[in-house]
Amino acid sequence: MITKRIIPCLDVRDGRVVKGVNFEGVSDVSHPVELAKLYSDSGADELVFYDITASFEGRALFTDILKEVAKKIFIPLTVGGGINTLDDFDRVLKCGADKVSVNSGAIKNPQLIYDAAKRYGDQCVVISADVKRVDGVFRVFAKGGRENTGMEAVEWIKRCVENGAGEVVLNSIDTDGVKKGFDLEMLDAVCNAVSVPVIASGGAGGIANFVELFKKVPKVDAGLAASIFHFGEVAIKDLKTELRANGIDMRL
Amino acid sequence: MIAIVDYGVGNLFSLKSSMEAIGAETVVTGDAEALRKAEKIILPGVGAFEDAISKLRSTGLDAVIKEEASKSKPLMGICLGMQMLLDKSFEYGEYEGLGLIEGEVRCIDEVIPKDLKIPHIGWNALKFSGEKHEIFKYINEGDFVYFVHSFYGAKCQDATIATAEYGAELTAAVANRNVCGCQFHPEKSGDVGLKILKAFCEMEG
Repeated sequence: MITKRIIPCLDVRDGRVVKGVNFEGVSDVSHPVELAKLYSDSGADELVFYDITASFEGRALFTDILKEVAKKIFIPLTVGGGINTLDDFDRVLKCGADKVSVNSGAIKNPQLIYDAAKRYGDQCVVISADVKRVDGVFRVFAKGGRENTGMEAVEWIKRCVENGAGEVVLNSIDTDGVKKGFDLEMLDAVCNAVSVPVIASGGAGGIANFVELFKKVPKVDAGLAASIFHFGEVAIKDLKTELRANGIDMRL
Repeated sequence: MIAIVDYGVGNLFSLKSSMEAIGAETVVTGDAEALRKAEKIILPGVGAFEDAISKLRSTGLDAVIKEEASKSKPLMGICLGMQMLLDKSFEYGEYEGLGLIEGEVRCIDEVIPKDLKIPHIGWNALKFSGEKHEIFKYINEGDFVYFVHSFYGAKCQDATIATAEYGAELTAAVANRNVCGCQFHPEKSGDVGLKILKAFCEMEG
């Protein structure tokens, strides 16, 4: 049977990983290739690279880095950040990305998902949604979580999947950064609405949160996190060993 | 020299990089002469069967690949490349394949339970069929590889060398003498995938 996936996310600005700190045996944790290699060696099932640069120069640096990573790391790579057009898809796929995640780009132009899925296949297109409760309703937020679009989240995600998105990253703004666990209620709602894989993001504070995630929302396919891995609070190998001990299918 | 067949389908960056990582001299080419000169051939592929096989035929490379395979040159198909090695495909129609390995391409929805997601995407464990094939000589049964597919090789019979369990036993790899194929992506399967590619590089015709 297919395993649940553990996915570290690396935010990259101007060719450097943001937030990387102290790892034994890694000389430069801010270097995307070094950190990607460490994660891959310790059992990450996939890597997400998020480009948070705003400048044109930064973007070029990002694709250089991506190429360098894809030359050395042989697990699936997803790229997000600044994906607004089919040309953006093309740019990162040529550098070795396997999947491309869209967020604000799809909100601005919902046709983007349809066009990209048609050209590159559903499996290549990931819809990433930042979602927050407003008066008890799940709402989609744009611009890195700063702007309420007013759209109801489950309907929005369903529509993206109908348009061809082959995977969903659900980032709960409500639990993000709090480190008290994933947003199980929100995840459950989305998992029951779509038939494509759903990746949980936002709220991981420790191993117990992942155990709870996969136990309580068995339809969830993967758990994504950034800071707990970067800061060395949780080692991927320990996490996967513990998950397997709890009866969850893991690649070890 | 190992030739990766370039017939205008998909992105070959990762495949080429993974071959370089195991120290194999590799050329990405759509040139018939280069395929004839190569010691081994890898046939990759993503996307739809009809599109891929017609591109391969329009370049005339289908005949070259069959000819080289008949001279017992090692040939490996990957993902859709593996599916093209089979007799035919029922992916949105009925299309003839290269006929180098027994079997036909069918949608996994014919065999898996309704509640499972399609495509079959993610890491799954290999189960060997029959005697361990030489492309698996550096790996073990139960090792994980990365799959992304909605169609699979049905009726491959004795050509099946490995399966993966996804509500049904899905064909994961096939072989017929010097010709072999993987439904999964060895170039995306970490160290296990690299070991399979390495074993293929050592295969003798």
